[in-house]
Amino acid sequence: MTAVQAKPKRRARGTRAQRDARAGLALVSPTVIVVVVMVVLPVLWALLLSFQRIRLIQIRRMDILGSEYTLRNYDLLFGSSDFLAAIRVTLMYSVLGTFGAIALGLIAALLVRRPFKGRAAVRGVMLLPYVAPVVAIAFIWRVLLSPQLGFVNAVGTDVLGWDSPIPFLSQERGEITLFGLSFGVPTALLMVIFFESWKSFPFAFLFILARLQAVPGELEEAAKMDGATPTQVFRHILLPQLAGVIALIAVLRFIFTFNAFDEIYLLTGGGAGTEVLATQVYSFLTARNDVGASAAVAMFMAAVLAVLLLVYLKFFAERDRPA
Amino acid sequence: MRRRWNRYAIEVAALRVLRPLGIAFFVLITVFPFYYMVLLSVRDISEIIESPGSIIVGLGELSTDAYERVLKPTSEGGEGFLRFLLNSLLLAAGTVVVTLLVSILGAYAVSRLEFFGRRAVHFLFLSVYLFPAILLAIPLFVAFSKMGLRGELWVLVIVYVAQTLPICVYMLRNYFETVPVSLEEAAEVDGATRMQIIRKITLPLAIPAIAATGLFVFMIAWNEFLFALLFLVEERPNWTVSLGVSQLTNIETPATTLMAGSVILTVPIIVLFLFAERLMTEGLTRGAEKG
Repeated sequence: MTAVQAKPKRRARGTRAQRDARAGLALVSPTVIVVVVMVVLPVLWALLLSFQRIRLIQIRRMDILGSEYTLRNYDLLFGSSDFLAAIRVTLMYSVLGTFGAIALGLIAALLVRRPFKGRAAVRGVMLLPYVAPVVAIAFIWRVLLSPQLGFVNAVGTDVLGWDSPIPFLSQERGEITLFGLSFGVPTALLMVIFFESWKSFPFAFLFILARLQAVPGELEEAAKMDGATPTQVFRHILLPQLAGVIALIAVLRFIFTFNAFDEIYLLTGGGAGTEVLATQVYSFLTARNDVGASAAVAMFMAAVLAVLLLVYLKFFAERDRPA
Repeated sequence: MRRRWNRYAIEVAALRVLRPLGIAFFVLITVFPFYYMVLLSVRDISEIIESPGSIIVGLGELSTDAYERVLKPTSEGGEGFLRFLLNSLLLAAGTVVVTLLVSILGAYAVSRLEFFGRRAVHFLFLSVYLFPAILLAIPLFVAFSKMGLRGELWVLVIVYVAQTLPICVYMLRNYFETVPVSLEEAAEVDGATRMQIIRKITLPLAIPAIAATGLFVFMIAWNEFLFALLFLVEERPNWTVSLGVSQLTNIETPATTLMAGSVILTVPIIVLFLFAERLMTEGLTRGAEKG
């Protein structure tokens, strides 16, 4: 038996804590550098751009920091009815889209909660709308809803007896007659909200299902012993357990939907009353070549989210503390 | 039970009927659009216009014309999607490699080492998700235009790496925290350096998590649309499949071609996903159980 006491070769000097601190900084620095260079600095620069009158043609010879700062972009925006309309549409789209996704996700999660034959396959299939490329699913729905060759309108006119095909994605206002009462509906906006709910419900489904699996079985058993019906179990046992995760999903989905560009751009191009702030940023940048105005709209979006997030954090930090 | 039809019995009976119906409804609304896409891609456009409501196709009517048209290079009258497939593959694979390299180191540091600013890192990451992609797109678009680099694929790799890094660091950190520290300490006593510990102990144990994270990044990069549109649209040879499909929408492109392009765009992702579903969903929702 040889008891060789190998002396650890340590090139680094200093105490263990100092060595860890140095190693930690070294290892995390590539991440931090990428995020600072590609996210933090661009955001700060966008802030500067939003206070300048800059067009795309001028960028080749412009100064990085710019020269003349003015509030004119913001001034013009808040006087523009297009911008105010886009704020309203964005809020409707993100609130109703978030609500739709969570409602569908919650129902789906409750449905597949208990084991049944083929459950794994059903669960996998239900995630498809969320993982499939947004370009593909947007075009599938564009074809499905098309007035000329779409399946939905074919069924509507042949089976359901509609008078004429409905141009779902290009009709700004339609009329629905229910029980003799007719009222106007923003057709295209409802369609993009519906699309958003369909595309994103798997996200809510996945997280709610994961949380449901962790609800202790004894609670439910006890309630059942006391004669609680399924809806009572849901209302008084499951829902309180799910409240936290639903609130979190609501915040995340609201942020994602508020920022969403692809879905609306691909479905309607922002036409027919569906122009949201994100598509407005894009059209300012590319169609009107107005870098300053597009940056101002984008900064406004970031500011709205920052305020909402602060409110949420404050509200929740205070509610969670006693627990 | 005192009465035969009390509320309890009614609800239980109703649920016994509604549950399978509900499940069937959800399967229908998630599967049908994809079925419809495949169906249209193999049908003849004149038949679709004639009977848009029919959702079955006879074997004799199958047509691969749309796929031929989409895949053929533009020089032969096609849309050149083979080239786009290669671009998407390079772009997504490049993003995966770079993101994993950077995020493994970052996640290890955040989960194992106490250093100055460790907590601040989280706020940095939050910023990526708080700011709309469209907000980042403006300065990046302007900066890369100014440098004359906007149409390059590798520029897009850097953009995607920045977009996916935070979620990767988060996923990997969660996993590293489940690897017992004692293993690493044993190696350290034996004189291993920090890099040796990461390479020989932590990484082999984290292979499933790294694979899941890598697949996740691949999917994000493959599906991405906004930056590809802004940066590459004037550079047709560098188009990705997503961008290629989105540009198929002029009036004379038949719906069959559009759907064939969508199938080509979707199939790789669905195959990857079905192959690794468990792996990925578990990595994402780990921690959700705690509320």
